[in-house]
Amino acid sequence: MDILDLSLCELSAAIKAKKISSLEATEACLKRIEKTKGLNNFITVCEEEAIKLSKRADAVISSGGEINPLLGVPIAVKDNILTKNIRSTCASKMLENFIPPYDATAVAKLISAGAVLLGKTNMDEFAMGSTNEFSAFGAAHNALDFTRVPGGSSGGSASAVAAKQTFGALGSDTGGSIRQPAAYNGVVGFKPTYSAVSRYGLVAFASSLDQIGPITRSVDDALVLCKAIFGKDVRDGTSADVSLPDELSGDVKGKVIGIADEFTEGLGEKEREAFFDAADALKKQGAKIKRVSIKSFEAALAVYYVLSSAEASSNLARFDGVKYGRRAESYTDISDLYEKTRTEFLGDEVKRRIMIGNYVLSSGYYDAYYVKALAARTVIKREYDEALSSCDALLCPTAPSVAPKIGSEPDPAKVYLSDVYTVPVNIAGLPAATVPFGHIDGMPLGVQVIGKAYSDGDVLSVAKAVERARG
Amino acid sequence: MNGISDEEVQHIAALSALKLSEEELKSMKKHLSSVLEYFKTLDGVDVSDVPPTAHILPFVNVLRSDEPGESTPTDELMRNAPESDGGAYIVPRLVE
Repeated sequence: MDILDLSLCELSAAIKAKKISSLEATEACLKRIEKTKGLNNFITVCEEEAIKLSKRADAVISSGGEINPLLGVPIAVKDNILTKNIRSTCASKMLENFIPPYDATAVAKLISAGAVLLGKTNMDEFAMGSTNEFSAFGAAHNALDFTRVPGGSSGGSASAVAAKQTFGALGSDTGGSIRQPAAYNGVVGFKPTYSAVSRYGLVAFASSLDQIGPITRSVDDALVLCKAIFGKDVRDGTSADVSLPDELSGDVKGKVIGIADEFTEGLGEKEREAFFDAADALKKQGAKIKRVSIKSFEAALAVYYVLSSAEASSNLARFDGVKYGRRAESYTDISDLYEKTRTEFLGDEVKRRIMIGNYVLSSGYYDAYYVKALAARTVIKREYDEALSSCDALLCPTAPSVAPKIGSEPDPAKVYLSDVYTVPVNIAGLPAATVPFGHIDGMPLGVQVIGKAYSDGDVLSVAKAVERARG
Repeated sequence: MNGISDEEVQHIAALSALKLSEEELKSMKKHLSSVLEYFKTLDGVDVSDVPPTAHILPFVNVLRSDEPGESTPTDELMRNAPESDGGAYIVPRLVE
């Protein structure tokens, strides 16, 4: 048996039964990371620290203490989630030497549950991108096809899970950054309800949309990570307690699953076929499929890029060369220091987003773009809430296509279109899981289960039914 | 693909504390123009009498008890500063 073929839950059980030690599992992951390092999924690998943590976990197990499901389980963390004394770069030159003095709450919770931190994963700079090509450390590659993108922005986390470099990973999702790369790599990704996971220590991109969540090889694995990282945190005033079940039934008998006509209008033929196969699979398990409508669906992407860029332009003002990060070598005065530092150390896509954000917030355009997008956000949220009032969950594609080839889309504005199915969920603050279902040209497609706010357990349960049908 | 002028792009760059080269100005102008064109899909949503949503949560005034906790030591926080004297950030003189 190869340890790396186990799911997170299976490894957890094997560690508890003392069949496999945490050290063995950790060493297997580290070896795998080294052997497949061409994928460029990790910006930092914490070999020594991981070995140390795994030995500590093994000591707890042999002493017969209380065993958390994550005890001794190797996990990777996206590089925009802060890890104390371990470099956290956000894949930006700006933070290439940044060593956080504290852990993000989600990381502190993983560590206190006994998880073993393997390292920090590659991403699009400051989580802005859908292909990973905007990393200052070079693009990560898709685990299933080296010539394709792993998706973004949590591309390193998703590819690492698919390549069996780790048993699970944390990502962050502002407009699809967990779900789209998970779909591109054929793994499970879950964006919890906004507020379910503390954002303390998550480097802010768009604060009203950002949410940390798990990327794993199974839906049950995702639940285990959620149970560890969920919870209200005094350090994040927007966090809340969201309850989760101890296990997922995966029972959809009698459940009403909504599909909006707008979800499938722009899909290609094969993508459409695979999507409706997933719907049929739920029907065979006893679910009722209901047609619903989200009339504002088409405007969601514009709303997302107005709001996320506006929030980013404000959040990224902190990178000024004074408190942390890089500073330009020579400058004449304080304004020159700010400008030279930001010009030299921020990447092109980040600059584009900051520019869009400052444009829509600037005098003369604020009402026409920003306030209008905020009102459209209300409309989108109302329509999703309305659709979900008569359904237990919605079923939606995760991305318009399978993972594209690296370098295949030179126009950054066109790349934004790959987030069309994921962004409305962030705008409305809802929970959504992606599960692999169907293939085109040997590459996986994903299907998304979207639920009411705070119904995270129900969403994962329906996702488990989709996963079961996939076999 | 018109709508935004060189001067406007420069103005936004100044607001963003960014300097753009001639070439960057050109490509930024092209990008902003195409994105702003795309933003016209917002016009398809009827937002008359719809209040704005800045945040989806109904939370108002989230407070915590005012109890002193443990602070991160200053030297640990200052460790990442590009230039400091250990207790303060060093920047160019702001006032004469």
